[in-house]
Amino acid sequence: MSALDDSRFWPEGVKRCSPERFGLWMLCCGALLAWALLSAFLCLYKGLNQTAMNDYFAFGVWIVVDLAIIALGAGAFFTGFLTYLLRTDELKNIINAAVIIGFICYSGAILMLGIDIGQPIRGWFGFWHANVHSMLTEVMFCITTYLIVLIIEFVPLILENRQINKIPEFNVFAHHLHRIMIVFAGTGTFLSFFHQGSLGGMYGVLYARPFAFREGFMIWPWTFFLFILSAIASGPSFTTLIVMLTEKVSGRRLTSHKVKMLMAKISGGLLTFYVLLKLADTYYWAQVTSAKAGVPFSFFYSDGPYGIWILILEIVVGGIIPAAMLLAPMVRKRYGLLALAMVLNCFGAVMNRFVMTIQTLAIPVLPFEKFIGYLPTWQEWGIAAGVVGYGFIIYSLAYRYLPVFPQEPELNKG
Amino acid sequence: MPVATGEHLYGMVIDVDKCTGCGACSVACMSENNIGTLPDETDKIRSITWLRVYQIDNGRPYPDTEVAFFPRPCMHCGGSWGGFFQQDADPEGHHTPCVSVCPATATDYDDETGIVSQIPTRCIGCRYCVAACPYHARYFNWYDVPWPGGLEQSLSPYVAPRMRGVVEKCTFCYHRYQQARDKEFAGGEFGEMDYQTACTEACPSGAITFGDLNNPEHQVSKLLRQRHKHAFRLLERLGTNPKVYYMTKREWVRKRADNYLPGEKIHRFAVGS
Repeated sequence: MSALDDSRFWPEGVKRCSPERFGLWMLCCGALLAWALLSAFLCLYKGLNQTAMNDYFAFGVWIVVDLAIIALGAGAFFTGFLTYLLRTDELKNIINAAVIIGFICYSGAILMLGIDIGQPIRGWFGFWHANVHSMLTEVMFCITTYLIVLIIEFVPLILENRQINKIPEFNVFAHHLHRIMIVFAGTGTFLSFFHQGSLGGMYGVLYARPFAFREGFMIWPWTFFLFILSAIASGPSFTTLIVMLTEKVSGRRLTSHKVKMLMAKISGGLLTFYVLLKLADTYYWAQVTSAKAGVPFSFFYSDGPYGIWILILEIVVGGIIPAAMLLAPMVRKRYGLLALAMVLNCFGAVMNRFVMTIQTLAIPVLPFEKFIGYLPTWQEWGIAAGVVGYGFIIYSLAYRYLPVFPQEPELNKG
Repeated sequence: MPVATGEHLYGMVIDVDKCTGCGACSVACMSENNIGTLPDETDKIRSITWLRVYQIDNGRPYPDTEVAFFPRPCMHCGGSWGGFFQQDADPEGHHTPCVSVCPATATDYDDETGIVSQIPTRCIGCRYCVAACPYHARYFNWYDVPWPGGLEQSLSPYVAPRMRGVVEKCTFCYHRYQQARDKEFAGGEFGEMDYQTACTEACPSGAITFGDLNNPEHQVSKLLRQRHKHAFRLLERLGTNPKVYYMTKREWVRKRADNYLPGEKIHRFAVGS
C-alpha cells in the first residue's frame, strides 16, 4: 500500500484514480487559483485600475461571470425544490451534485464580488444601510442567506464521508439534518426565486438605459421573471452536464440515463416557456418600450461589434434550438445529443447575462456620446479563472471523498 | 417643472448659445471640490470631471459647420413624476435613476433642496449608480489621487477629498449651501447670490445661471419663464427629470439633446409652468 493511499476515505464500493494522478490534477487547479490570488492581490493592493473597466463600463467580465454562474447554479435550488417539495424521488440520485455545484457557484460569485467592489471592507454596508428600493440590496441579502442554506445542505454530505461518519455524533447530526432538509429546500427555493429575479430586475429597472429597461408588473420589470425562468431552465442542464463531464473524465457511470433524461425534460419544458416569453418581451421592447425613449430597435445593433447576430445567437442558438432538442425524446435518449442540447441551453443563459451587462453599458444613451470598447485585462481573467479552479477543486474533492452519487456502486458493478 | 416638496429646488440654466467651450467651469469645479489629477490623465474614460464640456457639431461640412458646447454637471434628476418617459399616466413614477439603485443608501435625493447627494464614506464602490446614470455624470475613483509636490496644501477645507474605490459626482457645491445656511442661522440673509456654484461664478460669458427654481425672483426662474420656448433638458423623454436646463435658439442643437425615431418630430415638454 502506498504511503499516499487514501482509499479508506473513498465512499463505500467505488473506485477512484491514484493519489498521484489526483494530486497532479489538484496542482493544475491550484495554478488557476494562484493566478487568481495574484490578480486579487493586485486589485486589492493597487485598486481596480488593474482592470479594463472604466466609467463607461462600470461592470465588466466579473459581473457577467457572476450572473452566469448564479444562473447556472440554480440547479441546486430547483432540483432541491423538485426533490424535497414535489417529492420527485428520481432526482435524489443527482441532488447531491446539484447542491455542490450550487455551493461552488454561489460562494465563487460572492468571492468574486468581494474583489469587484471598490471598498470590500464596506461590503456589509449593504445590510446596515440597506436601501429597500435597490434590486442590488435584495440580491445581496438573498445570495448571502442562500449561501448559508447551501452550506447547511452541503454539511450532511460532508459528514457522510466514510471516516467522519464513524463518529456517532456526526452520524446522528447528519441523519437529523437530512430529515429536516425539506425546510432548507423550501427556504432555498424562496430565497433563490427572489435573487434570480432581482438580478434580472437590476437591469430591467434602469429606465434611463433604454437597452436594458423593461416595463413590468408592479415594481418588478419583466426581466425579473425572465431571469428566474432562464435560471431554472439552464440550472438543471448545467448540473446534468457537469455530471456527464465527470462520467467522461472518470470513466464511471454516476447516474442512470433516466435521471439525466428527467433533468433534460424539466429543462426543456422550462426553456420552451422561457423562450416564448422572451420572444414576446423582445417584440414589445423593440416595438414599444425602446420606441418611447426615441431609440429605434435597429440602433441597438448598429454600433460596435454587437450586430443583430448577437440577438439571434442568444435566442435562437441558445434558446429555440436547445428547447426543441430537449423536448424531443429521441435527443434525450442519446448521450451526445443530450449533452449538446444542454451545452446550448447553458450557452443561451450565459449570452443573456453577457448581453444584459455588457451591451447595456456599451450602447451610448446621449446622442453625442460614442461607443466605447472594453477588453478585460489578465487580472480580470485571472479572477474568473480562479473561480473555475476553485470550483474544480471543491467538486473534485467532493467526488473523491463523499458519497455524491448513490447509484454509482450499483451502476459500476462487475 | 420638477416637483418640490421642500422649501428650495435648486437648478441650473445653461445658455448653449453663450457657451464658448473654454472649460473655465470645469477648472473651477475641480479646484473648488478637490478633484485631483490622476496618475494617468491620458486615460480620459477614467478621468474625473464633475463638470464635463461636450463639444457637438451639426455634422455638416465646411463652411456650414457649426459647433456648440454642452457643459454637463450632474443633472440632479428628480425622477419621473409623469411616468415612464413622461407619456404614460403612472402614479408610481420613478426615483432618481442613481438613487434608487444604490444598495447602501450612499446617494440620496434631498427633498429640501432637490440636490442629489453623494456620501463617499458610505459608498461601497459597486458602481451600480454609474451604470444607471445615462449622462455619465458619476465617476469612480480608479486610483488613489497622488496630490504631488505639496498640492495637498491647496485643498479646500470645505470638501473632503475622496478615497480610491468610491463613486463621486457634482453636488451643486453643496458646501456653499451649508455656508449660506450658516450665515442665515447667524442672523444674516440668505440671498440668491449667497449660494452660487463655482462653475456659475467662473463662466466668463455668463452662460451658466444657478438658483432656486421654486423662487420666482431668482434668475433661473425668470429665464425659464421668459425663454421657455428655447429651454430643454438632456434626454428629457426618458423621464429622469433633470434640474439642469439648457437654452438655444438653434434647432439642430436642441435635436442633439435627445433621441428620436427616424422621421420623428422633436418633443417639446412644457418648461417653467
